[in-house]
Amino acid sequence: MMRLPRFRYHAPATLGEAAAILQGEGSQAMVVAGGTDLYPNMKRRHQTPKTLIGLRKIDALRGVKGSPARGLWIGPATILTDLEESALVREHYPGLYEAIHSISTPILRNMGTIGGNICLDTRCNYYNQNYEWRRAINFCMKCDGDTCWVAPGSDVCLAVSSSDTAPILCAFGARIQLVSKKGTRTIEAKDLYRRDGIDYLTKRSDEILAGITLPPAARWRSSYRKLRRREAFDFPVLGVAACVRFDGEIVAEARLWLGAVSMAPVEAAEAQAALVGRRLTEETIEEAARLAYPLAKPVDNTDFGLRWRKEMTRHFVREALLEVGPPGSPSGRGN
Amino acid sequence: MAVGSDGRGLRVVGKPVRKVDGLSKCAGVTLFADDIVLPRMLFCKLHRAPVPHARIVRVDISKAARMPGVMAVLTGKDLPIPFGILPVSQDEHALCLDKVRFVGDPVAAVAAVDEDTAFDAMNAIEVEYEPLDAMMSIEEAIRKPSPRIHEYGDEGNIHKKIALEFGDVERGFHDADQVFEDTFYYEGSTHLPMEQHAAVAAVDPDGKLTVWSSTQTPHYVHRALAKVLNMPPARIRVIACPNGGGFGGKSDPFNHEIVVAKLSLLIGRPVKVTLTREEVFYCHRGRHPVLMQIKTGVTRDGAIKAMHFKSYLDGGGYGSYGVASTYYTGALQTVTYPVENYKFDGLRCFTNKPPCGPKRGHGTPQPRFALEVHLDKIAERLGIDPAALRLGHLVPPQSLTANYLRVGSMGLAKCIDAVVEGSGWKQKFRHLPSGKGIGLACSSYICGAGLPIYWNNMPHTGVQLKLDRGGGVAVFCGEIDIGQGSDTVLAQVVAEVLGIDPYDIRIVFGDTDLTPVDLGSYSSRVTLMMGNAAIQAAERARELLATAVSEKLGIPAERVGFGGGQVFDVEGPERALSFADAVVAAEARFGTIGTVGSYTPPPSAARYKGSGVGPSPAYSYSAAVVELDVDPRTGWVRVDRVHLAHDVGRCINPVLVVGQVEGSVYMGLGEALMEEQVFRANRGGVHRQPSLLEYKSPTTMEMPDVVTYIIEDPDPNGPFGAKEVGQGPLLPIAPAVVNAVYDAVGVRIDEVPVTPEKILKALDSPAKRFGPKGVPEVRWPDPIRVPTPWEGGTGRAAADRRPAEARR
Amino acid sequence: MPQNVKRRRGRGRDSAAASHSSRSKVHLRLRVNGEEQEVACAPHSTLLEVLREDLRLTGTKHGCELGECGTCTVLLDGRPQLSCLLLTLECEGRPIVTVEGLAEGPRPHPLQIAFAELGAAQCGYCTPGILCAARSLLDARPSPTRQEIREALSGNLCRCTGYLKIFEAVELAARRMKDPAAQPSEETLHGRRL
Repeated sequence: MMRLPRFRYHAPATLGEAAAILQGEGSQAMVVAGGTDLYPNMKRRHQTPKTLIGLRKIDALRGVKGSPARGLWIGPATILTDLEESALVREHYPGLYEAIHSISTPILRNMGTIGGNICLDTRCNYYNQNYEWRRAINFCMKCDGDTCWVAPGSDVCLAVSSSDTAPILCAFGARIQLVSKKGTRTIEAKDLYRRDGIDYLTKRSDEILAGITLPPAARWRSSYRKLRRREAFDFPVLGVAACVRFDGEIVAEARLWLGAVSMAPVEAAEAQAALVGRRLTEETIEEAARLAYPLAKPVDNTDFGLRWRKEMTRHFVREALLEVGPPGSPSGRGN
Repeated sequence: MAVGSDGRGLRVVGKPVRKVDGLSKCAGVTLFADDIVLPRMLFCKLHRAPVPHARIVRVDISKAARMPGVMAVLTGKDLPIPFGILPVSQDEHALCLDKVRFVGDPVAAVAAVDEDTAFDAMNAIEVEYEPLDAMMSIEEAIRKPSPRIHEYGDEGNIHKKIALEFGDVERGFHDADQVFEDTFYYEGSTHLPMEQHAAVAAVDPDGKLTVWSSTQTPHYVHRALAKVLNMPPARIRVIACPNGGGFGGKSDPFNHEIVVAKLSLLIGRPVKVTLTREEVFYCHRGRHPVLMQIKTGVTRDGAIKAMHFKSYLDGGGYGSYGVASTYYTGALQTVTYPVENYKFDGLRCFTNKPPCGPKRGHGTPQPRFALEVHLDKIAERLGIDPAALRLGHLVPPQSLTANYLRVGSMGLAKCIDAVVEGSGWKQKFRHLPSGKGIGLACSSYICGAGLPIYWNNMPHTGVQLKLDRGGGVAVFCGEIDIGQGSDTVLAQVVAEVLGIDPYDIRIVFGDTDLTPVDLGSYSSRVTLMMGNAAIQAAERARELLATAVSEKLGIPAERVGFGGGQVFDVEGPERALSFADAVVAAEARFGTIGTVGSYTPPPSAARYKGSGVGPSPAYSYSAAVVELDVDPRTGWVRVDRVHLAHDVGRCINPVLVVGQVEGSVYMGLGEALMEEQVFRANRGGVHRQPSLLEYKSPTTMEMPDVVTYIIEDPDPNGPFGAKEVGQGPLLPIAPAVVNAVYDAVGVRIDEVPVTPEKILKALDSPAKRFGPKGVPEVRWPDPIRVPTPWEGGTGRAAADRRPAEARR
Repeated sequence: MPQNVKRRRGRGRDSAAASHSSRSKVHLRLRVNGEEQEVACAPHSTLLEVLREDLRLTGTKHGCELGECGTCTVLLDGRPQLSCLLLTLECEGRPIVTVEGLAEGPRPHPLQIAFAELGAAQCGYCTPGILCAARSLLDARPSPTRQEIREALSGNLCRCTGYLKIFEAVELAARRMKDPAAQPSEETLHGRRL
């Protein structure tokens, strides 16, 4: 049996208490909600925190509040299954629903939280291995070693942002609330991420993810398309998140984000711009896909070959936009 | 026994009886090896090599040995005697002695009071290595004869080279209307049983050792333990626990089994080891990666005049079953369609990867893939429907093949008819819209090997019965249920003969102290061999009961019938004793009622060197049709439906037969589409994906519908006519998938797995093909030349071998 | 005897490891299969370890211990969850159901009977986890469609069955829970006949 390393455990009942413990323990401490990302990592000795702070008892970190008209507040410790079952999410933020529904397996979604997925450790198949395996490659830059084995010349770790919710939250323009002993700050979801496989979050180690706010859903349509080998268990090797706001038939605003092709979600700015002011037709979609796919720069550290993954970006952007569809097309895409 | 060829007259055999171990497994009370907990039990961990090929300079266990809670540390020196499953490949050590041969090769072992401590101690062991050049592919191992991975073997890093010729292939090619040649590659894959291997060893105060293990072959573990521990076998007891999946992956004696036994003997306390998933990938013994070239000369109507088959196996770091695997890649090409002249060249390389061995279909899915795709291409070039091509040229029942395999019952025609009719083949083949495809392939598999693994003239299996006065029957047999349902088959066969309820039978299995030897659950041998032994034992018991009952009822013994828990006068069934009363009568008449049965396969017609592999008491047959979609923009394959007809001879239990078919189709699809046991040659030879997340085993979401057709063509050598079903149905899946991909989008993927990337590459290529370009240059030995039966051969090699030059 | 083997006599000085782990043990009350169970375990122990090693409920199996296979699935708060990734001390007071708790007294759950009957348990190793996931599905959806079953069990790997007999067994159990006389189809038991 693979066992967890030893640690001290705290289960505070309030956010303030949690922030205080975190501050007090310093970088030796980590917070844990569902544990589906952290515990496997700990069993493989990627992280061996001296102290774990469980967030399960903090009611203020759970739940979905608000309305499509005002926007939603989602507690980061909300279990993924509960979000899947939320009509607010499913009907008004279908792209988010699809992203959540595609995470791992139904059983894992009964345990994992959205905050956990947002903060998901970057992944790399030189990193996500047992301690003994990693010792055989003399470890890697991300943990216990110096070299990035994906690209030994690289001075930055190339581990992949593999969160399904990250690209869609970026596309929705979600805001993230971070709380620490020092106070609270709110940032754009896209500013949470950094293109560095090691230091992949701008969240400080003393900060706790305390809330996710989604803007009003009115007139936004959304979708999320995910590429992976199997329809369960597998992390994305590509995720395409699309949010489009229409003014009549015309695209008023478009947001297109790529997941799992870099160390952070990637915004396809040119493709977005190409859609604005036009109808969503086969032609405009094709153009957006053409503009988006050079941004995907997969490296050889996930399942599938990187060339094929890059090629698929074009196809999946097209699919995601087709799925969003123009207003009035088959519903379930939002408002 | 009076059973019609339609199975009429059978009461238990042929019925969908609930598995006798089913409810226990569903209640969670079945004890697997890791479920065993003994007082004062210690935990073992193995320290494994982080380098693929190196000499061991120094092993420093001092830090580990000093750690509190650590009870013992072992290194190779403590277990210097080599072992291995085949007598010709005794090349493994429980812990590496002087060299390591793959990343994951165990070098040292610790026993500690708990697993946490054992883990820390394992990591405190320091080993100094002198690295050696590593061989990471077939080509590399052939190209670089040194440094040698092993000091034995045919040459350099070639473990085994084989050349056999039956008839005269050059003459056959000359006589053929057309000659076709193709090159194929079949990637390696692993068994991936859900249960990780585990073993517990304990020593009695009087020094007797007991080892519980998740093994498919307790008898061979018994032999290996006796050898390596240098202990009399009589002092060693091996108990095979029900296997949480085997598929061939638990058929070798393993390092960890020997290590816990040694630790237990040294410390005097029970010791358990449970492998992590990563370590299971290192145990491996899975599908050999095989590069193949096939050249076939055919007549205009598709009769095979000559075939020359070459295979190149990537064996990994040790011998395991590899010599047998190599022969198997050349053995069964002849049992489906007549091959007039046949030549086989095969070699197996040592490489610095976990050893390959027997995975479901052992050595035959790879050549079958090559042959069936090759035939699909030939059919197209000849303008013959692939189903018709095969139906037109089937090996006749009760015949000898070019390589002297004796085919008994042969139901392949019925199998092909079933899948062709069931799938609507004639309406669909080459008529579906682009992107939709249908493909067909056939296969055959052995029902046990004709010869044992180590030379002996004893039975391959034995069954003992003990009849109780209360009417219960205890059946003792060394077989082990790995999920395939062998316990149930055993109960059904005995129940059938004795006319009782299978649930009144208690099975005692896989225990070298208590049960007669059965060689193990491999090579699809159990139903046929154990079934025959069980019939013999049960018939002997029946004879005793019949005599006693005939005396009691005053009728001739021939008139005594058995059925429905009664022993009765067949001419007046109201004159009857309950089975329990019949046992009482027999026990009063003869004393305690116990009988034995055993089984030895019939002698083989093949008498040439290398003919130990291939001969079997019977051959099963399968035909598959796969229907799928290919997205030409992405290369994505989605299998919609698989039709599979399997000639099982006689169906002992239909629901279990269907289950074996479905499971084989599943595993075949995994190999065909996504599973790969591959390594990073440029990163120190580490396993590329040693986890259940990265090694892609299909989930519920990928599994298509399977339509199973059970074909019964009873074989005279099978118990009630039964043949195997556990492995054969896997074989036609990969070629049927590849043939269907061609039907869908017109590209040939001459290697598995068939990934979307390969399909797109093939679509973009001028040849519309993806696959290996050729085979390495190899100097093959002069073949052992065996005249075919139709040349008047005797099964022996020709005395006068013509020189190789003259034959070219 | 080689030098590297230590003799152990009673609880001597060198049992530091044992005292270390006993020092750090926590006392917990668990509600397993409707029974209150008191355990003392290390804070870093998972529910899987405590169920198997402390409570000897070895019906719950393990296949990877990393959340990648579903073998160790149990019901926690009525939902299937992976016991290999649950901290035992987070499970205190919450209802836990393992495969051993599916039967009602001596009567197996209809799922257990249907699985045994249709050969949906071959080696039986993934079976306890799948039964727990299936039980949760039937609790929520008494008549699930094939697609719903596929999805609900998509987190459980099985290497033996190809899943099809498992789907059929869930369907049979669902039907039997409404009509005890429900029987499997001819094709389920015998394959298709032409």
